[in-house]
Formats: sequence, C-alpha cells, structure tokens
Amino acid sequence: MLLFKGELTEDLINSILHAIELKLTDSDANLKIRKKVFNILVECLQNLYHHTEMNSDQEQQSKEVPSGMVIVANDDDGYSIMTGNFITNDSVSSLKTKLEYINKLDREDLKKMYQNVLNNGEMTLKGGGSLGLIEIARKSGKKLEYGFAPIDNMNNFFSLNVKVNH
Amino acid sequence: MEDIRIEGTPKTPTVNFIKAEGILEIKGRSIPENSIEFYKPLIDWIEDYARTPHNATNVNIQLEYFNTSSSKCILDLFKKLEAINNSITINWYYEEDDEDMLEAGEDYDAIINIPFKMIEIEEI
Repeated sequence: MLLFKGELTEDLINSILHAIELKLTDSDANLKIRKKVFNILVECLQNLYHHTEMNSDQEQQSKEVPSGMVIVANDDDGYSIMTGNFITNDSVSSLKTKLEYINKLDREDLKKMYQNVLNNGEMTLKGGGSLGLIEIARKSGKKLEYGFAPIDNMNNFFSLNVKVNH
Repeated sequence: MEDIRIEGTPKTPTVNFIKAEGILEIKGRSIPENSIEFYKPLIDWIEDYARTPHNATNVNIQLEYFNTSSSKCILDLFKKLEAINNSITINWYYEEDDEDMLEAGEDYDAIINIPFKMIEIEEI
C-alpha cells in the first residue's frame, strides 16, 4: 500500500497519513481495523520522527535526523506496518528489554501497564515515554516482531513489524 | 477569563471551552507531533476555571483519533478538572463498534475521580 524511505518532516508525515487514510477508506476493511492500522501508523511515524539517532566518528556526538523507512502492506491475513530506523548502540539494550517485556504481557496486563505508565510514567520532553510501544502492542493484538542489525561499531538498524489481522 | 474556541485541523481537535455554560468540548483528531504546545493553554484555562466553575460542568470528549503524546496531556487536563467540587460529568463519545476508543475512555475512568459517561454514536 505504501513504501517510504528517507528524511521525515512533519509535512511528509501528514502526507503519508493522508495517503493511507484514503486507501483504508477505499478498502473493504471495517472501521475497527481501519482505525487500528491508522493509529498504529501514527505511533510508528511518531517513533521514527523522535527516536532516530546516529553516532558518527566525525562529530563525536549523536546526531538526530528524523528519517527511516515505513512500509504498509495488506495481504490475506491482514495488515503489516513495518518501520526501520537507525539507533545508537546505547539505546539497543533498553529498547530490547522493553519489547521483550511487552511481548510477554497478555491483553489485560497490557491494559494495566498502559494505565500505569500513563498515570505514573515519566513523560519525556519528546512526548511519550514508552507509552507508544505499549499502545502499538495493544492496538495490534499480536506480538511485536522486531530485529536489530549492527551497521558499524556505533549504530544499529532497528526494524519493527506490527500486524493487524482482519 | 475568555472562552477558548479553536478550529480543528487534520492533526488537532476543535476546542470549545465556554465558561458561562460550563461546557468544555474537545472534538476531532489529536495526533500532533508535539502535544504539549497545543494542550498547555487548555490545561492553564481549566486550572483557572476550576477556581470559580459554573454550577454544572459538562465535559464532552469526542475524538476520532488521538496519539499517545496527546493521551498524557488529556490526562493532565482531566486531573485539573478533579479540583472542581460542583457537579461535573465527562461524556466520552465513541463511534459504534470502536472498542478501542471505548477502552481508552475506560482507561481514564480507572484513573480519574470524576464520573464518566460512555456514549456510543453512529459517526464522529
């Protein structure tokens, strides 16, 4: 349905969301599924926008460039929202721990965790803490598929595949 | 204090806060990249309103979509409303069959000490 790769700006995010919304409205998917896919895409793009970070030898410090790739696909089983972005080595272990933890929880526990993070969790300046990933898992109803691929000695490519069944 | 009237955009909701009627409405979509910027004036307004509220306050939340960045701001907004001692109800509207939006209302209901009324409507 959609493939995007490159630097992300707010305008581009708006265009991507608009394009997907039109395609979803034209599809046979029911309202519940359409809203899930749209909501998950909103959170995934937000993650790419706020959490892409790369270390480079030249600058000796991490540089944030909102960029990455996103694919929205539809097959017989349902929808896939796939994203990929660069992150620094230091962020890998905490992100991995979060994802492993979220994947162990059932629906009811995810709900409790969401309420707990919403009510007590630290809000980062960027606006979300780990609420985004919990929300993605809740809306999807499936386990999150993810991978980390080392790029060089400082950076990783993080990929996430979120599924929504028909 | 002046009422707040903000027109909705594809990423931010329509807002009508009318002090003389005790009506606080947020409708549409709330999916901005930075929600604090949008919600800060609303939260400040409610803090002010809560000091001398109308004798009955009706809060109408009718959202089609909201992101997690907005969800924390909406919680902060509800928390400011908890200071109101007069009659107050939060009407949480959700589209028919949109269980996720109903559940989102139940999340707030579990945290906030104000009566919630879940209202199913045909279309938002």
